[in-house]
Amino acid sequence: MDALNFVFPNDLHVHWSMMIVLYPYLTGLVDGSFIVAALYYVFGVKSLKPLSRFSLVFALAFLSCAMFPLMMHLGRPERNQNMMITPSPTSAMSGAGFIFTVAIVLIGLIVLLVYRPTLVNLRLKSKGVMKILYRVLTMDSTNLSPESLELDRKIIKFLVAIGIPVATVLHGYVGFLFGGVKANPSWSTPLMPVIFLFSACVSGISALVLAYIVIKKLTNQPVDLACVRTCINILAGFFILAFSFEMLEVFSHSYLRTWYHHAVEGLLNGPLLYSFWVWQVVICSVLPLLLLGWLCLFKLRASVFKFFAATVSIMLLLQVLLMRWNVVIGGQLMSKSTRGYTQFHPEWFDKEGIITVIVLMGLPFIVLFILSKIFPLWLEEEKASS
Amino acid sequence: MGKPDAGLDKERRAFIKKVLNGTVAGSLLLVIPMPIGAATPEIKEQIPGIRGKKWDMAHKRFAFIVDITLCIGCGSCCVADRLEYNVPAGYYRTWVERYLKDFNDNVYVDSPNGGFDGYQTPRADIDVEVRDTFFVPKLCNMCKEPPCVQVCPVGATFKTPDGFILVDAARCVGCAYCIQACPYSSRYLDPFTRTAEKCTWCYHRVRKGLLPICVNVCPTKARKFGDLNDKNSEVYKLLHEHEVLTVLKKDMGTYPALYYKGLRREVV
Repeated sequence: MDALNFVFPNDLHVHWSMMIVLYPYLTGLVDGSFIVAALYYVFGVKSLKPLSRFSLVFALAFLSCAMFPLMMHLGRPERNQNMMITPSPTSAMSGAGFIFTVAIVLIGLIVLLVYRPTLVNLRLKSKGVMKILYRVLTMDSTNLSPESLELDRKIIKFLVAIGIPVATVLHGYVGFLFGGVKANPSWSTPLMPVIFLFSACVSGISALVLAYIVIKKLTNQPVDLACVRTCINILAGFFILAFSFEMLEVFSHSYLRTWYHHAVEGLLNGPLLYSFWVWQVVICSVLPLLLLGWLCLFKLRASVFKFFAATVSIMLLLQVLLMRWNVVIGGQLMSKSTRGYTQFHPEWFDKEGIITVIVLMGLPFIVLFILSKIFPLWLEEEKASS
Repeated sequence: MGKPDAGLDKERRAFIKKVLNGTVAGSLLLVIPMPIGAATPEIKEQIPGIRGKKWDMAHKRFAFIVDITLCIGCGSCCVADRLEYNVPAGYYRTWVERYLKDFNDNVYVDSPNGGFDGYQTPRADIDVEVRDTFFVPKLCNMCKEPPCVQVCPVGATFKTPDGFILVDAARCVGCAYCIQACPYSSRYLDPFTRTAEKCTWCYHRVRKGLLPICVNVCPTKARKFGDLNDKNSEVYKLLHEHEVLTVLKKDMGTYPALYYKGLRREVV
């Protein structure tokens, strides 16, 4: 160890570990997929129709699992309800439970209303438990008159419109949890919520594109190329914003050369040299940016386009995961002594270990699978069954 | 043969009587209430104006001063603190840092085991000509604007009216947000209770008119504690005379109630 390296004795422990990397990652996926739904239902981007329903169910599946990493992280998870019962108004964290509840109720309502005609039809066709379930989900209404459907459409548009600020707050707020910590120079920047928000949009849209292409490939169904093209164009836009803000944060401080820069440059060029500069910036940002430019600006064959759309999505999903890692864990590697760095070694079988990460990342897909049995994900399936 | 036996019987009887008397007397001691003062002599009041007076918390304004020029790095404060609170190994309510400076202005800092063992030998891992060396004890800064209290989502970390920042372990959810927010790294998550812990400036002792344990044991009086409203207190005098006192990380805007006398610019 470098003789000049000094870490405050209590800074040897990385208190926010992989669970806190996972939490913003999951909520980010929710935000991004909700953006796709909002573009279709509020802003009328018609080419996104094939993904309109999937994006909502996808968001619901991931949101329903987003709180598990937080629960795993808490030292006393049995007291988690204290955040709702005795919230401290000065704390940025005390809003988490409320914002989360609003978001999940809202997305749940939107899903129920979007699926109402489908659920009514399924209710009429199904038997036994499923019939009771559909009856509950349709709130015992079978009214599919043009007037009621028009009312539904208006309510959906209204709810999704409300959902945009809710989703923005849900994730911008996660960024603020870090941006509001003045004790950590690599976190305390007003840009943090913005960076988190745009990278959330990137990860969510990437996840949707990848899931759409993979599911369609596995089920031997045709991919709607116009829809994927629109997604890739939107993805490129959001990624340019996300990456620009990430770099703006680094370069503006490196130009200003204040104490902030001197504290953080050692971190970025030292313990985070590979995970930040090599992996996050060069491999998972610059390369996808070039790929996105190629995909957006050139006319490519369908098979080539699909392959590279999926590839760029995987790279961007990794980029956002690395960004979360570098912010959350990377930020804690620097001691508040600003004289040295601690180390983080992920454990396999720890409460917040790698196995837990794998289980918690798999959980939303299981929920998505179960939800897909209740809510048909694709419009074509519905048409075929009716 | 009969005589010795009779003598033995008498001795036995006398012994049994003594045992019985002792048992009865001992049992009575446990039952009859005794004045506490008779068993444990009261420790002399160390902070004047607390005992025997109705506790008016809002009127007290405590301050802690560490005199860097007096600290010898013996680690007594760390030992006393660990014993007082049964702090688990690897976690620190208070610690002492050792600063070394060479002739090229390189600053070497270390704090092995938080200074618990005392700095009895020179640093073995550096081979430089040392120009200057000093020790810096660290503890909770008891900020007037504490970031830990601000960020606690459940109000488990709170500020008492007399300026102490405490943790209610029965309410803490163990989210560690306060640990992230503390610029001085004075907090840790107790591995056994899984709640946040920190230095309390020995609130339980202060409420009884006693000095914090680390102040009590410091052999060179490098640690000083008192009420700033008491014009006779050492802390009042130090803060109102021509001494140069400063706080840690002033730019954080936390307004600590922990001051350092003779603090060097190298100290973070």
